[in-house]
Amino acid sequence: MIYRFFEGLGAYFLFLADVFRRPEHWREYYRSFLREVDLLGFSSIALVCFISLFMGAVVLIQTAMNLDNPFLADSYIAIAVREAIVLEFAPTIVSLILAGKVGSNIASTLGTMRVTEQMDALRVMGINPASYLVLPKIAACLLFNPILVIFGMLLGLVGGYLAGDLLNLVNTEVYLSGYFMEFFPHYVSYSLIKTFVFAFIIATVSAFFGYKVEGGAVEVGKASTKSVVAMSFTIILFNYILTDIIL
Amino acid sequence: MIRVKGIKKAFGKEHVLRGIDVELYPGKCNLIIGLSGSGKTVFLKSILGLHSVDSGTVEYDGRILGDLNKNETKKLRQEMGMVFQGSALFNSLSIEENVGLPLNFFSKMNLEEKADRIKFCLNRVRIPDDAFVKMPSELSGGMQKRVAIARAIVLNPKYLFCDEPNSGLDPETAIVIDKLIHDITHEFGMTTILNTHDMNSVLEIGDHVVLLQEGKKTWEGKKEDVLTTDEKAVVDYVFRSNLFKQMRSALVK
Repeated sequence: MIYRFFEGLGAYFLFLADVFRRPEHWREYYRSFLREVDLLGFSSIALVCFISLFMGAVVLIQTAMNLDNPFLADSYIAIAVREAIVLEFAPTIVSLILAGKVGSNIASTLGTMRVTEQMDALRVMGINPASYLVLPKIAACLLFNPILVIFGMLLGLVGGYLAGDLLNLVNTEVYLSGYFMEFFPHYVSYSLIKTFVFAFIIATVSAFFGYKVEGGAVEVGKASTKSVVAMSFTIILFNYILTDIIL
Repeated sequence: MIRVKGIKKAFGKEHVLRGIDVELYPGKCNLIIGLSGSGKTVFLKSILGLHSVDSGTVEYDGRILGDLNKNETKKLRQEMGMVFQGSALFNSLSIEENVGLPLNFFSKMNLEEKADRIKFCLNRVRIPDDAFVKMPSELSGGMQKRVAIARAIVLNPKYLFCDEPNSGLDPETAIVIDKLIHDITHEFGMTTILNTHDMNSVLEIGDHVVLLQEGKKTWEGKKEDVLTTDEKAVVDYVFRSNLFKQMRSALVK
Protein backbone atom coordinates (compact mmCIF):
# COMPACT_ATOMS: atom_id res chain seq x y z
CA MET A 1 0.00 0.00 0.00
CA ILE A 2 2.85 2.39 0.88
CA TYR A 3 4.59 1.39 -2.36
CA ARG A 4 1.43 2.17 -4.33
CA PHE A 5 1.08 5.54 -2.58
CA PHE A 6 4.60 6.61 -3.53
CA GLU A 7 4.17 5.19 -7.04
CA GLY A 8 1.04 7.33 -7.40
CA LEU A 9 2.80 10.37 -5.97
CA GLY A 10 5.65 9.94 -8.46
CA ALA A 11 3.18 9.61 -11.33
CA TYR A 12 1.45 12.80 -10.11
CA PHE A 13 4.70 14.80 -10.23
CA LEU A 14 5.59 13.39 -13.67
CA PHE A 15 2.12 14.42 -14.79
CA LEU A 16 2.73 17.94 -13.45
CA ALA A 17 6.03 18.09 -15.37
CA ASP A 18 4.04 17.30 -18.53
CA VAL A 19 1.41 19.90 -17.69
CA PHE A 20 3.91 22.72 -17.11
CA ARG A 21 5.65 22.36 -20.48
CA ARG A 22 5.83 25.41 -22.69
CA PRO A 23 2.48 25.83 -24.51
CA GLU A 24 2.56 25.30 -28.27
CA HIS A 25 0.30 28.25 -28.96
CA TRP A 26 -0.46 30.87 -26.31
CA ARG A 27 -3.59 32.25 -28.00
CA GLU A 28 -5.24 28.82 -28.11
CA TYR A 29 -4.44 28.31 -24.44
CA TYR A 30 -5.93 31.72 -23.64
CA ARG A 31 -9.15 30.80 -25.50
CA SER A 32 -9.30 27.55 -23.60
CA PHE A 33 -8.68 29.44 -20.33
CA LEU A 34 -11.69 31.71 -21.01
CA ARG A 35 -13.86 28.66 -21.64
CA GLU A 36 -12.69 27.12 -18.36
CA VAL A 37 -13.34 30.31 -16.39
CA ASP A 38 -16.91 30.18 -17.64
CA LEU A 39 -17.30 26.45 -17.03
CA LEU A 40 -15.52 26.13 -13.69
CA GLY A 41 -15.83 29.64 -12.26
CA PHE A 42 -18.98 31.49 -13.30
CA SER A 43 -21.14 28.38 -13.08
CA SER A 44 -20.18 27.97 -9.41
CA ILE A 45 -21.14 31.47 -8.26
CA ALA A 46 -24.79 30.68 -7.48
CA LEU A 47 -23.90 27.54 -5.51
CA VAL A 48 -21.21 29.30 -3.46
CA CYS A 49 -23.49 32.28 -2.75
CA PHE A 50 -26.36 30.07 -1.60
CA ILE A 51 -24.22 27.91 0.65
CA SER A 52 -22.31 30.85 2.13
CA LEU A 53 -25.44 32.79 2.94
CA PHE A 54 -26.96 29.92 4.91
CA MET A 55 -23.61 28.91 6.42
CA GLY A 56 -23.27 32.42 7.85
CA ALA A 57 -26.80 32.25 9.22
CA VAL A 58 -26.16 28.89 10.92
CA VAL A 59 -22.87 30.07 12.43
CA LEU A 60 -24.64 33.14 13.83
CA ILE A 61 -27.47 31.07 15.37
CA GLN A 62 -25.07 28.59 16.97
CA THR A 63 -22.74 31.32 18.26
CA ALA A 64 -25.60 33.45 19.61
CA MET A 65 -27.07 30.43 21.41
CA ASN A 66 -23.76 29.65 23.04
CA LEU A 67 -22.86 33.26 23.96
CA ASP A 68 -26.13 34.32 25.58
CA ASN A 69 -24.47 35.92 28.59
CA PRO A 70 -26.14 39.37 29.13
CA PHE A 71 -22.73 40.85 30.07
CA LEU A 72 -21.35 39.91 26.66
CA ALA A 73 -22.05 42.50 23.95
CA ASP A 74 -23.47 41.32 20.60
CA SER A 75 -20.38 42.73 18.93
CA TYR A 76 -18.43 39.76 20.35
CA ILE A 77 -20.84 37.39 18.62
CA ALA A 78 -20.10 39.28 15.39
CA ILE A 79 -16.36 38.90 15.94
CA ALA A 80 -16.76 35.14 16.53
CA VAL A 81 -18.92 34.75 13.42
CA ARG A 82 -16.52 36.85 11.33
CA GLU A 83 -13.45 34.87 12.40
CA ALA A 84 -15.18 31.53 11.87
CA ILE A 85 -16.26 32.51 8.38
CA VAL A 86 -13.09 34.30 7.26
CA LEU A 87 -10.61 31.85 8.76
CA GLU A 88 -12.26 28.54 8.14
CA PHE A 89 -15.71 28.30 6.66
CA ALA A 90 -15.18 30.38 3.52
CA PRO A 91 -11.78 29.02 2.40
CA THR A 92 -12.04 25.41 3.57
CA ILE A 93 -15.72 24.57 3.26
CA VAL A 94 -16.11 26.43 -0.04
CA SER A 95 -12.99 24.66 -1.36
CA LEU A 96 -14.37 21.28 -0.27
CA ILE A 97 -17.62 22.08 -2.07
CA LEU A 98 -15.67 23.15 -5.16
CA ALA A 99 -13.66 19.94 -4.93
CA GLY A 100 -16.95 18.09 -5.29
CA LYS A 101 -18.39 20.25 -8.03
CA VAL A 102 -15.39 21.47 -10.05
CA GLY A 103 -13.04 18.57 -9.25
CA SER A 104 -15.47 15.84 -10.26
CA ASN A 105 -16.25 17.83 -13.41
CA ILE A 106 -12.55 18.02 -14.33
CA ALA A 107 -11.93 14.33 -13.59
CA SER A 108 -14.94 13.10 -15.53
CA THR A 109 -14.33 15.46 -18.47
CA LEU A 110 -10.71 14.38 -18.86
CA GLY A 111 -11.57 10.74 -18.22
CA THR A 112 -14.19 10.83 -20.95
CA MET A 113 -11.72 12.51 -23.30
CA ARG A 114 -9.25 9.74 -22.55
CA VAL A 115 -11.62 6.82 -23.17
CA THR A 116 -13.10 8.40 -26.31
CA GLU A 117 -9.59 8.88 -27.76
CA GLN A 118 -9.85 12.69 -27.85
CA MET A 119 -6.47 12.87 -26.10
CA ASP A 120 -4.97 10.57 -28.70
CA ALA A 121 -6.40 12.87 -31.36
CA LEU A 122 -4.51 15.79 -29.79
CA ARG A 123 -1.30 13.78 -29.62
CA VAL A 124 -1.58 12.82 -33.29
CA MET A 125 -1.94 16.52 -34.10
CA GLY A 126 1.29 17.21 -32.18
CA ILE A 127 -0.45 18.95 -29.27
CA ASN A 128 0.55 18.04 -25.70
CA PRO A 129 -2.84 17.00 -24.22
CA ALA A 130 -1.68 17.30 -20.59
CA SER A 131 -0.65 20.89 -21.04
CA TYR A 132 -3.43 22.01 -23.41
CA LEU A 133 -6.24 20.44 -21.41
CA VAL A 134 -5.02 20.93 -17.85
CA LEU A 135 -3.04 24.17 -17.72
CA PRO A 136 -6.06 26.38 -18.55
CA LYS A 137 -8.08 24.56 -15.87
CA ILE A 138 -5.37 25.22 -13.27
CA ALA A 139 -5.19 28.87 -14.28
CA ALA A 140 -8.99 29.21 -14.15
CA CYS A 141 -9.15 27.64 -10.68
CA LEU A 142 -6.26 29.76 -9.37
CA LEU A 143 -7.94 32.91 -10.66
CA PHE A 144 -11.54 32.17 -9.82
CA ASN A 145 -11.52 30.15 -6.59
CA PRO A 146 -10.19 33.11 -4.54
CA ILE A 147 -12.94 35.27 -6.07
CA LEU A 148 -15.51 32.67 -5.07
CA VAL A 149 -14.07 32.49 -1.56
CA ILE A 150 -14.25 36.29 -1.23
CA PHE A 151 -17.88 36.08 -2.32
CA GLY A 152 -18.30 33.34 0.27
CA MET A 153 -16.82 35.51 3.03
CA LEU A 154 -18.99 38.51 2.20
CA LEU A 155 -22.19 36.51 1.83
CA GLY A 156 -21.43 34.50 4.97
CA LEU A 157 -21.22 37.76 6.90
CA VAL A 158 -24.41 39.01 5.24
CA GLY A 159 -26.12 35.70 6.09
CA GLY A 160 -25.09 36.06 9.73
CA TYR A 161 -26.41 39.61 9.88
CA LEU A 162 -29.72 38.71 8.20
CA ALA A 163 -30.30 35.71 10.48
CA GLY A 164 -29.56 37.84 13.55
CA ASP A 165 -32.01 40.46 12.35
CA LEU A 166 -34.80 38.15 11.17
CA LEU A 167 -34.69 35.90 14.23
CA ASN A 168 -34.15 38.81 16.57
CA LEU A 169 -31.13 37.13 18.13
CA VAL A 170 -28.88 40.22 18.28
CA ASN A 171 -29.01 43.98 18.35
CA THR A 172 -28.21 44.57 14.70
CA GLU A 173 -26.45 47.92 15.14
CA VAL A 174 -24.12 46.58 17.82
CA TYR A 175 -23.69 43.34 15.88
CA LEU A 176 -22.75 45.18 12.68
CA SER A 177 -20.18 47.32 14.50
CA GLY A 178 -18.63 44.07 15.75
CA TYR A 179 -17.76 43.06 12.20
CA PHE A 180 -15.29 45.95 12.07
CA MET A 181 -13.79 45.54 15.55
CA GLU A 182 -10.29 44.08 16.03
CA PHE A 183 -10.07 43.16 12.39
CA PHE A 184 -6.74 41.68 11.25
CA PRO A 185 -6.24 41.92 7.46
CA HIS A 186 -3.62 39.17 7.86
CA TYR A 187 -6.50 36.71 8.42
CA VAL A 188 -7.84 37.47 4.94
CA SER A 189 -4.45 36.97 3.34
CA TYR A 190 -4.04 33.68 5.29
CA SER A 191 -7.41 32.65 3.99
CA LEU A 192 -6.56 33.54 0.39
CA ILE A 193 -3.19 31.75 0.54
CA LYS A 194 -5.05 28.64 1.69
CA THR A 195 -7.54 29.10 -1.15
CA PHE A 196 -4.73 29.32 -3.73
CA VAL A 197 -3.21 26.09 -2.47
CA PHE A 198 -6.61 24.37 -2.36
CA ALA A 199 -7.38 25.60 -5.90
CA PHE A 200 -4.12 24.09 -7.13
CA ILE A 201 -4.93 20.81 -5.36
CA ILE A 202 -8.47 20.73 -6.79
CA ALA A 203 -7.33 21.37 -10.37
CA THR A 204 -4.28 19.11 -10.43
CA VAL A 205 -5.46 16.14 -8.36
CA SER A 206 -8.76 15.86 -10.22
CA ALA A 207 -6.99 16.30 -13.57
CA PHE A 208 -4.48 13.60 -12.62
CA PHE A 209 -7.22 11.08 -11.82
CA GLY A 210 -9.13 11.95 -15.01
CA TYR A 211 -6.04 11.94 -17.21
CA LYS A 212 -4.93 8.49 -16.08
CA VAL A 213 -8.25 6.72 -16.65
CA GLU A 214 -8.04 3.45 -18.52
CA GLY A 215 -11.09 1.52 -19.63
CA GLY A 216 -14.59 2.83 -20.17
CA ALA A 217 -17.50 4.69 -18.61
CA VAL A 218 -17.37 2.73 -15.34
CA GLU A 219 -13.70 3.64 -14.82
CA VAL A 220 -14.49 7.32 -15.52
CA GLY A 221 -17.09 7.26 -12.72
CA LYS A 222 -14.68 5.51 -10.38
CA ALA A 223 -11.91 8.00 -11.16
CA SER A 224 -14.25 10.89 -10.46
CA THR A 225 -15.20 9.46 -7.05
CA LYS A 226 -11.59 8.64 -6.19
CA SER A 227 -10.50 12.15 -7.13
CA VAL A 228 -13.06 13.75 -4.78
CA VAL A 229 -11.90 11.53 -1.91
CA ALA A 230 -8.21 12.27 -2.62
CA MET A 231 -8.86 16.02 -2.93
CA SER A 232 -10.82 16.11 0.34
CA PHE A 233 -8.03 14.30 2.20
CA THR A 234 -5.35 16.53 0.69
CA ILE A 235 -7.28 19.75 1.40
CA ILE A 236 -7.86 18.80 5.04
CA LEU A 237 -4.19 17.83 5.43
CA PHE A 238 -2.90 21.05 3.86
CA ASN A 239 -5.41 23.06 5.87
CA TYR A 240 -3.66 21.85 9.02
CA ILE A 241 -0.14 22.34 7.61
CA LEU A 242 -0.82 25.87 6.30
CA THR A 243 -2.58 26.94 9.48
CA ASP A 244 0.38 25.74 11.52
CA ILE A 245 2.84 27.60 9.26
CA ILE A 246 1.01 30.87 8.60
CA LEU A 247 -0.98 31.63 11.75
CA MET B 1 6.08 5.42 -48.20
CA ILE B 2 5.79 4.03 -44.68
CA ARG B 3 8.13 1.12 -44.04
CA VAL B 4 7.50 -0.96 -40.92
CA LYS B 5 10.29 -3.30 -39.88
CA GLY B 6 9.84 -6.03 -37.29
CA ILE B 7 7.74 -4.14 -34.79
CA LYS B 8 6.84 -5.94 -31.59
CA LYS B 9 4.61 -4.75 -28.80
CA ALA B 10 3.53 -6.42 -25.59
CA PHE B 11 1.30 -5.24 -22.76
CA GLY B 12 2.66 -7.06 -19.74
CA LYS B 13 2.77 -10.74 -20.65
CA GLU B 14 0.40 -10.35 -23.56
CA HIS B 15 2.27 -10.11 -26.87
CA VAL B 16 0.00 -8.15 -29.20
CA LEU B 17 2.38 -7.51 -32.12
CA ARG B 18 4.86 -10.30 -32.84
CA GLY B 19 7.22 -8.80 -35.40
CA ILE B 20 5.45 -7.21 -38.36
CA ASP B 21 7.23 -6.16 -41.57
CA VAL B 22 5.18 -4.27 -44.09
CA GLU B 23 5.41 -1.46 -46.65
CA LEU B 24 2.52 0.96 -47.02
CA TYR B 25 2.33 2.70 -50.37
CA PRO B 26 1.71 6.38 -51.18
CA GLY B 27 -1.39 7.39 -53.11
CA LYS B 28 -3.09 4.12 -52.16
CA CYS B 29 -5.61 2.88 -49.62
CA ASN B 30 -3.60 0.38 -47.56
CA LEU B 31 -6.07 -1.76 -45.65
CA ILE B 32 -5.15 -3.64 -42.51
CA ILE B 33 -7.69 -6.41 -42.02
CA GLY B 34 -8.11 -9.04 -39.36
CA LEU B 35 -10.44 -10.32 -36.69
CA SER B 36 -11.15 -8.33 -33.54
CA GLY B 37 -8.18 -8.76 -31.22
CA SER B 38 -5.74 -9.48 -34.04
CA GLY B 39 -3.73 -6.35 -33.17
CA LYS B 40 -4.94 -3.93 -35.87
CA THR B 41 -5.53 -0.94 -33.59
CA VAL B 42 -2.31 -1.49 -31.64
CA PHE B 43 -0.45 -1.78 -34.95
CA LEU B 44 -1.96 1.48 -36.18
CA LYS B 45 -1.24 3.29 -32.92
CA SER B 46 2.28 1.90 -32.88
CA ILE B 47 3.12 3.23 -36.32
CA LEU B 48 1.59 6.55 -35.31
CA GLY B 49 3.82 6.66 -32.24
CA LEU B 50 0.90 6.63 -29.80
CA HIS B 51 2.26 3.35 -28.42
CA SER B 52 6.00 2.99 -28.00
CA VAL B 53 7.14 -0.24 -29.64
CA ASP B 54 9.31 -2.81 -27.83
CA SER B 55 11.45 -3.41 -30.91
CA GLY B 56 11.48 -2.64 -34.62
CA THR B 57 11.29 0.61 -36.57
CA VAL B 58 8.75 2.72 -38.40
CA GLU B 59 10.12 4.77 -41.27
CA TYR B 60 8.25 7.68 -42.88
CA ASP B 61 9.87 8.44 -46.25
CA GLY B 62 13.31 7.73 -44.80
CA ARG B 63 12.63 9.32 -41.38
CA ILE B 64 12.74 6.80 -38.55
CA LEU B 65 10.07 7.74 -36.02
CA GLY B 66 12.00 6.93 -32.86
CA ASP B 67 15.18 8.71 -34.00
CA LEU B 68 13.62 12.12 -34.65
CA ASN B 69 14.16 15.02 -32.28
CA LYS B 70 11.27 16.96 -30.76
CA ASN B 71 10.95 19.49 -33.60
CA GLU B 72 11.25 16.85 -36.31
CA THR B 73 8.59 14.74 -34.58
CA LYS B 74 6.34 17.77 -34.36
CA LYS B 75 6.82 18.46 -38.06
CA LEU B 76 6.07 14.82 -38.90
CA ARG B 77 2.92 14.94 -36.77
CA GLN B 78 1.66 17.82 -38.90
CA GLU B 79 1.95 15.53 -41.92
CA MET B 80 -0.39 13.01 -40.26
CA GLY B 81 -4.15 12.95 -40.01
CA MET B 82 -6.17 10.43 -38.08
CA VAL B 83 -9.80 9.35 -38.11
CA PHE B 84 -10.59 7.50 -34.89
CA GLN B 85 -13.07 4.68 -34.48
CA GLY B 86 -15.40 6.83 -32.38
CA SER B 87 -14.60 10.03 -34.33
CA ALA B 88 -12.94 11.60 -31.24
CA LEU B 89 -14.37 15.04 -31.93
CA PHE B 90 -13.89 17.54 -29.10
CA ASN B 91 -17.25 17.80 -27.34
CA SER B 92 -16.73 21.35 -26.11
CA LEU B 93 -15.96 22.73 -29.58
CA SER B 94 -18.33 23.34 -32.49
CA ILE B 95 -17.84 21.55 -35.81
CA GLU B 96 -15.88 24.40 -37.38
CA GLU B 97 -13.79 24.85 -34.22
CA ASN B 98 -12.97 21.13 -34.28
CA VAL B 99 -11.78 21.32 -37.87
CA GLY B 100 -10.02 24.64 -37.28
CA LEU B 101 -8.07 23.52 -34.20
CA PRO B 102 -5.03 22.11 -36.08
CA LEU B 103 -4.99 25.28 -38.22
CA ASN B 104 -5.00 27.50 -35.12
CA PHE B 105 -2.02 25.62 -33.73
CA PHE B 106 0.10 24.98 -36.77
CA SER B 107 -0.76 27.22 -39.69
CA LYS B 108 0.18 30.81 -40.35
CA MET B 109 -3.06 31.54 -42.18
CA ASN B 110 -5.05 34.65 -41.34
CA LEU B 111 -8.66 34.37 -40.15
CA GLU B 112 -10.14 34.61 -43.63
CA GLU B 113 -7.83 31.96 -45.06
CA LYS B 114 -8.58 29.68 -42.12
CA ALA B 115 -12.33 30.11 -42.60
CA ASP B 116 -11.94 29.30 -46.31
CA ARG B 117 -9.91 26.20 -45.59
CA ILE B 118 -12.38 24.97 -42.96
CA LYS B 119 -15.27 25.55 -45.37
CA PHE B 120 -13.42 23.77 -48.18
CA CYS B 121 -12.68 20.69 -46.04
CA LEU B 122 -16.18 20.48 -44.55
CA ASN B 123 -17.83 20.96 -47.94
CA ARG B 124 -15.48 18.34 -49.40
CA VAL B 125 -16.89 15.76 -46.98
CA ARG B 126 -20.38 17.08 -47.76
CA ILE B 127 -21.17 18.81 -44.48
CA PRO B 128 -23.67 21.61 -45.19
CA ASP B 129 -22.78 25.18 -44.16
CA ASP B 130 -25.60 25.41 -41.63
CA ALA B 131 -24.08 22.55 -39.63
CA PHE B 132 -20.75 24.35 -39.08
CA VAL B 133 -21.86 25.94 -35.82
CA LYS B 134 -23.42 22.78 -34.41
CA MET B 135 -21.84 20.79 -31.60
CA PRO B 136 -20.67 17.20 -32.28
CA SER B 137 -23.47 15.76 -30.13
CA GLU B 138 -26.02 17.32 -32.50
CA LEU B 139 -24.75 15.31 -35.48
CA SER B 140 -25.46 11.75 -36.58
CA GLY B 141 -22.71 9.11 -36.41
CA GLY B 142 -22.08 9.33 -40.15
CA MET B 143 -21.77 13.11 -40.06
CA GLN B 144 -19.41 12.91 -37.09
CA LYS B 145 -17.20 10.56 -39.09
CA ARG B 146 -17.21 12.98 -42.01
CA VAL B 147 -16.27 15.88 -39.72
CA ALA B 148 -13.46 13.71 -38.32
CA ILE B 149 -12.21 13.15 -41.89
CA ALA B 150 -12.40 16.90 -42.55
CA ARG B 151 -10.34 17.56 -39.40
CA ALA B 152 -7.82 14.90 -40.41
CA ILE B 153 -7.24 16.45 -43.84
CA VAL B 154 -7.35 20.12 -42.88
CA LEU B 155 -3.54 20.42 -42.70
CA ASN B 156 -3.24 18.63 -46.04
CA PRO B 157 -1.45 15.60 -44.55
CA LYS B 158 0.78 13.17 -46.40
CA TYR B 159 -0.37 10.25 -44.27
CA LEU B 160 -3.98 9.51 -43.33
CA PHE B 161 -4.77 6.90 -40.67
CA CYS B 162 -8.28 5.54 -40.17
CA ASP B 163 -9.21 3.15 -37.37
CA GLU B 164 -12.35 1.28 -38.42
CA PRO B 165 -13.95 4.43 -39.82
CA ASN B 166 -17.25 2.76 -40.69
CA SER B 167 -17.82 0.79 -37.51
CA GLY B 168 -21.26 1.43 -36.04
CA LEU B 169 -22.62 2.87 -39.27
CA ASP B 170 -25.39 1.50 -41.46
CA PRO B 171 -24.17 -0.21 -44.68
CA GLU B 172 -25.14 2.71 -46.93
CA THR B 173 -23.36 5.32 -44.81
CA ALA B 174 -20.38 2.97 -44.43
CA ILE B 175 -20.00 2.83 -48.20
CA VAL B 176 -20.25 6.63 -48.41
CA ILE B 177 -17.45 6.98 -45.84
CA ASP B 178 -15.30 4.36 -47.59
CA LYS B 179 -15.74 6.06 -50.93
CA LEU B 180 -14.94 9.43 -49.43
CA ILE B 181 -11.69 8.15 -47.95
CA HIS B 182 -10.80 6.47 -51.23
CA ASP B 183 -11.50 9.61 -53.28
CA ILE B 184 -9.59 11.88 -50.88
CA THR B 185 -6.61 9.52 -50.92
CA HIS B 186 -6.34 9.64 -54.70
CA GLU B 187 -7.24 13.33 -54.94
CA PHE B 188 -4.54 14.48 -52.52
CA GLY B 189 -2.05 11.64 -53.15
CA MET B 190 -1.97 10.61 -49.49
CA THR B 191 -0.70 7.38 -48.00
CA THR B 192 -3.83 6.06 -46.35
CA ILE B 193 -3.74 3.27 -43.80
CA LEU B 194 -7.14 1.97 -42.83
CA ASN B 195 -8.05 -0.66 -40.26
CA THR B 196 -11.17 -2.66 -40.93
CA HIS B 197 -12.81 -6.02 -40.64
CA ASP B 198 -15.51 -5.08 -43.09
CA MET B 199 -15.22 -7.07 -46.32
CA ASN B 200 -17.25 -4.42 -48.17
CA SER B 201 -14.47 -1.92 -47.47
CA VAL B 202 -11.85 -4.38 -48.67
CA LEU B 203 -13.59 -4.96 -51.95
CA GLU B 204 -14.60 -1.31 -52.47
CA ILE B 205 -11.42 0.58 -51.67
CA GLY B 206 -8.56 -1.79 -50.81
CA ASP B 207 -5.66 -0.97 -53.14
CA HIS B 208 -3.26 -2.90 -50.93
CA VAL B 209 -4.51 -5.34 -48.31
CA VAL B 210 -2.59 -6.69 -45.32
CA LEU B 211 -4.02 -9.47 -43.17
CA LEU B 212 -3.07 -9.61 -39.49
CA GLN B 213 -3.67 -12.67 -37.35
CA GLU B 214 -2.65 -12.90 -33.71
CA GLY B 215 -0.20 -10.05 -34.08
CA LYS B 216 1.49 -11.34 -37.23
CA LYS B 217 1.19 -10.46 -40.89
CA THR B 218 -0.10 -13.60 -42.57
CA TRP B 219 -0.83 -12.29 -46.06
CA GLU B 220 -0.69 -9.19 -48.25
CA GLY B 221 -1.86 -8.46 -51.76
CA LYS B 222 -4.41 -6.66 -53.91
CA LYS B 223 -8.14 -6.67 -53.28
CA GLU B 224 -8.70 -8.77 -56.41
CA ASP B 225 -6.46 -11.47 -54.95
CA VAL B 226 -8.44 -11.65 -51.73
CA LEU B 227 -11.24 -13.59 -53.40
CA THR B 228 -9.09 -15.91 -55.48
CA THR B 229 -6.01 -16.69 -53.40
CA ASP B 230 -5.52 -20.17 -51.97
CA GLU B 231 -3.65 -18.80 -48.97
CA LYS B 232 -5.19 -20.56 -45.99
CA ALA B 233 -5.08 -17.50 -43.71
CA VAL B 234 -7.15 -15.45 -46.17
CA VAL B 235 -9.54 -18.28 -46.97
CA ASP B 236 -10.12 -18.86 -43.24
CA TYR B 237 -10.69 -15.15 -42.64
CA VAL B 238 -12.81 -14.23 -45.64
CA PHE B 239 -14.81 -17.33 -46.42
CA ARG B 240 -16.36 -18.11 -43.10
CA SER B 241 -19.94 -17.95 -44.32
CA ASN B 242 -21.47 -20.41 -46.79
CA LEU B 243 -22.50 -17.54 -49.07
CA PHE B 244 -18.91 -16.36 -49.43
CA LYS B 245 -17.76 -19.97 -49.95
CA GLN B 246 -20.23 -20.34 -52.85
CA MET B 247 -19.08 -16.98 -54.30
CA ARG B 248 -15.50 -18.14 -54.13
CA SER B 249 -16.23 -21.43 -55.88
CA ALA B 250 -17.98 -19.52 -58.66
CA LEU B 251 -15.09 -17.06 -58.97
CA VAL B 252 -12.38 -19.74 -59.01
CA LYS B 253 -14.29 -21.70 -61.69
